Amino acid sequence: MSHIAELQQGDSLKAIQLDPVSRLDLIKYAGASGDFNPIHTIDEEAENAGLPGIIAHGMWTMGNLAKLFTPYIEEGFIQDYTIRFRKMVFLDDVIILTAKLLNNDTELMEFRVAAVNQHQQEVMNGVVKFQCYQD
Amino acid sequence: MIKELIGKQSEPVKNTVERGAVKKFAQAIGDPAPIYINEAAGRNSKYKRNIAPSTFPVTFDFGSISELKLPNKGLIHGEQSFHYKRPLLVGEDVYCHMEIKDYVEKKGSNGYLGFLILNQYGMDTNDALIFKEKSMIIINETVRKEMLV
Repeated sequence: MSHIAELQQGDSLKAIQLDPVSRLDLIKYAGASGDFNPIHTIDEEAENAGLPGIIAHGMWTMGNLAKLFTPYIEEGFIQDYTIRFRKMVFLDDVIILTAKLLNNDTELMEFRVAAVNQHQQEVMNGVVKFQCYQD
Repeated sequence: MIKELIGKQSEPVKNTVERGAVKKFAQAIGDPAPIYINEAAGRNSKYKRNIAPSTFPVTFDFGSISELKLPNKGLIHGEQSFHYKRPLLVGEDVYCHMEIKDYVEKKGSNGYLGFLILNQYGMDTNDALIFKEKSMIIINETVRKEMLV
């Protein structure tokens, strides 16, 4: 595995494609996070809220994206992670997680991150600032 | 009026970064890496112990502000950010509180939307900051009326 600090401006981390979103994914996340808003797990509740079906927790997608950086956790840590949620994620959506390096600073590396669905729409995007250890 | 609550803070609540909770959370976000869940991997790492994923603070109790009654339904999470001084360590105690940072209403196509900014803080046992979170929550008119009942 290469080192994160070897990346050049404009390079991307290896993208990750998630399995199609399943109800069980969201039930597990509800349990693990404590977010039991029923629009994420129960069809009728989602429909009552005016949605075509249940939607993923925004924080489920945000949590998933951070794993792009997990292989480098011995080299540094996520200092800042900022996301704007732009579109809803539905059951069976196929999400691709991406991170592209924006700067040329080997101490505080700034990435533009995004989660993109099968319609090439960004469902969320933002910035990760990865602080590299200097020792 | 929510706007009058700007500046209000909750009393800090002690949370422990529990091993089992971290494992369950890491699995739920599809990131069950050894650094989070394997004790030997943690011991042999730079951190000398396991750490928690960056979005793990969503599991913490940040206390409550009695005047702010956010419903379980009908809220939209617009934006979220985390700022860390260092990663969270498995087993450590974190003292968490929140603050109502800002609230504005803007006219949308379905009446006025409320934009609530909550800041949440996690401090170590010496009262030094470990992380700060900022959430922007959108509250529509229907939900807002229910909150006032």
